[in-house]
Amino acid sequence: MFGNLDLSVVTASLPYLFAEGMVFTLTLTALAASGGIVLGTGLALLRLSGVPGLTHAAKLYVELMRSLPLVLVIFWFYFLVPYLGAWATGSPTPLPVGAFASALITFTLFEAAYFAEIVRAGIQSIPKGQSAAAQALGMSYAQTMRLVVLPQAFRNMVPLLLTQTIVLFQDTSLVYVLSLTDFLGAASKVAQRDGRLVEMYLFAALVYFAVCFTASLLVRRLQARTAIVR
Amino acid sequence: MNYHWNWGIFLEPSPEGAGTYADMLLSGLAWTLATALCSWVIAFCLGSLVGVMRTVPSRAANAVGAAYVELFRNVPLLVQMFLWYFVLPELLPAGLGAAVKQMPDAPFYTAVLCLGFFTAARVAEQVRAGIRSLPRGQAQAGTALGLTLAQTYRHVLLPNAYRIILPPLTSEFLNNLKNTSVALTIGLLELTARARAMQEFSFQVFEAFTAATILYVAVNLVVIAAATLLERRAAVPGGR
Amino acid sequence: MRLTDVLLLVALAAAAATPARAQDLTGTLKKVKETGALTIGTRDASVPFSYLDGNQRSVGYAYEICLKVADAVKAHLKLDKLEVRLNPVTSATRIPLIANGTIDLECGSTTNNADRQRQAAFTNTHFLTATRFVAKKEKGLDKTDDLKGRTVVSTSGTTNIRQINEINAARGLGMRILPAKDHAEGFLMMETGRADAFVMDDVLLAALVAGSKTPEAYAISSEAQSRPEPYGIMLRKDDAPFKAVVDAATAALYKSPEGPALYEKWFTQAIPPRGINLKLPMSEAMRKAFANPSDSADPAAY
Repeated sequence: MFGNLDLSVVTASLPYLFAEGMVFTLTLTALAASGGIVLGTGLALLRLSGVPGLTHAAKLYVELMRSLPLVLVIFWFYFLVPYLGAWATGSPTPLPVGAFASALITFTLFEAAYFAEIVRAGIQSIPKGQSAAAQALGMSYAQTMRLVVLPQAFRNMVPLLLTQTIVLFQDTSLVYVLSLTDFLGAASKVAQRDGRLVEMYLFAALVYFAVCFTASLLVRRLQARTAIVR
Repeated sequence: MNYHWNWGIFLEPSPEGAGTYADMLLSGLAWTLATALCSWVIAFCLGSLVGVMRTVPSRAANAVGAAYVELFRNVPLLVQMFLWYFVLPELLPAGLGAAVKQMPDAPFYTAVLCLGFFTAARVAEQVRAGIRSLPRGQAQAGTALGLTLAQTYRHVLLPNAYRIILPPLTSEFLNNLKNTSVALTIGLLELTARARAMQEFSFQVFEAFTAATILYVAVNLVVIAAATLLERRAAVPGGR
Repeated sequence: MRLTDVLLLVALAAAAATPARAQDLTGTLKKVKETGALTIGTRDASVPFSYLDGNQRSVGYAYEICLKVADAVKAHLKLDKLEVRLNPVTSATRIPLIANGTIDLECGSTTNNADRQRQAAFTNTHFLTATRFVAKKEKGLDKTDDLKGRTVVSTSGTTNIRQINEINAARGLGMRILPAKDHAEGFLMMETGRADAFVMDDVLLAALVAGSKTPEAYAISSEAQSRPEPYGIMLRKDDAPFKAVVDAATAALYKSPEGPALYEKWFTQAIPPRGINLKLPMSEAMRKAFANPSDSADPAAY
């Protein structure tokens, strides 16, 4: 049943698939994960701040993002971001935002909601006594978080944050719906041009599997090591 | 912002001739729900089976269960969707492949299978975690009562495990519901696809997406409310 | 790399905060003057209008017209250098992306009709084409009514999918209509048997058939599902100064010998990536459209 596979289609397009597609995917993943973790931490801190307006706003944002399909959010932002940019800068015409920047903004804002929940759980896992002790020492909320709670929380959270980053890596494939050239987009453009869907999609699946499986093994090893320290 | 808002658009007839744009979105919602529910049945049954396999005292079963989970967790859902839709029929014997492809509503059946198998891997992890979290004494008590392994799982371990993992299962159910939108890439006319079609036909981008957003949020709220009720009813009296 | 996009975004935000220099310009021209860049929306598989060649680079008839327009914009604004950026679009995303400023010109196979003119502007017509469908010869499908009860596919966001939906409703044909993301995917769904027919502009169908592995296996319907409609390059609505520059550039191109030469190059000669020849010499209507450039959306005007 695999007799008539034509692997030359795959080998001929390797430079395009990796130099263009995979670089797009990895850059998007790395930048969106960094941005998402920073923004997510901010959201988690707001949500735990106890300030009524802020807590609710952060909660509303996180819950809204988490109840929407990523595909819908991708469309929303692709069409909406230029208007938001115009509004933010006071420009009378929509601000041109490139496809990559638009995807980056989308994934950062979307994944921040998921990272926020991980960070929130991480912060809550630190015994209350510690922040009480820090406050007894005269530290402010910001100092308590920065010097006492967050360093420990992040140590516990690293495996979860990395696992979520692997999910993000897989999710970036959805930019396919915008015809952008990420790894899957590149594979499907070649597949459709040459009518070689079977070879290209199997190859794409294999590459994603190899990357994600290896990464998740590494995360598990890291988890085992940090677990002992804890 | 030079965008022409037109909230009355939902009551205008769609060019498909089958009612208004509102009807179009509601038919999308119906497909979303049908796909989510059917695939959940597969995910729940298969996921429970795989989860159990990972906890039974058999190395072979453990390995098969682990392999299943790794395989379906480490390939993006969209790629899996393409494998089921574009690749699988080509690998089947020609006659069968053609029959599969000409099935009416092929995108629906494909999406149900794909999501079912995908979500099963996630359900399996929850079921395994649930069973693992039970005290060992429960399984031993089952054996001491003369129950077979299957009976122990059926009557002792699984009912307790399901109670514990009800909250994470709810969130997997919601994930599965959201993931149905990925099937728009294989032509399933679910809610996101219909919102897009409405945008294409009417050019009212933001109205269409706002309506879809509200529908998704509403479905989420209903599911969460139902899960809370279920949790209360299923709680072991006096437990915790 | 695309990291530059991010940097550009930051730079733009900064630029927007400072007072604009080119006070007399408005809209797209002002933007181009300020950023030194023009963004063209390109297609993956609108052969031979705008598509990716063997090296995954954009090529095509409409794409080349857009490059000429870019030159004209550069000359009009007296710029030393104009960066032409490419942004892939699909049939479904092109109109919102024109409206929201992501792209400035859409170069492909976009039908100019009255409905769309309320969302975007079109420059002079560069092609005329009607809606038809392609199916495997063995299925013997040739007329619209042959599609009764069949599964057909069309590209989402096109006029074609709208027309076939309307025909389906009006004549009660009971077709199942699947949306495809782009033309290549639509053709593939017909080729692999997912759908019985692919409904699209006839010129695109001809190009897809010619580029397929077995061109002799497919037949394009003899009955058309629409009158020949004009294709135009799309730009933002209510931007008269920019439209004037683009209209002048395309009119000059079409009337000069260069216009028909460009047509010959893409429709009567071997084109990349596989050297197929579409063999579609200029029709009488097309000759007239080039002699008297028009941006009319009315099929009767051609």
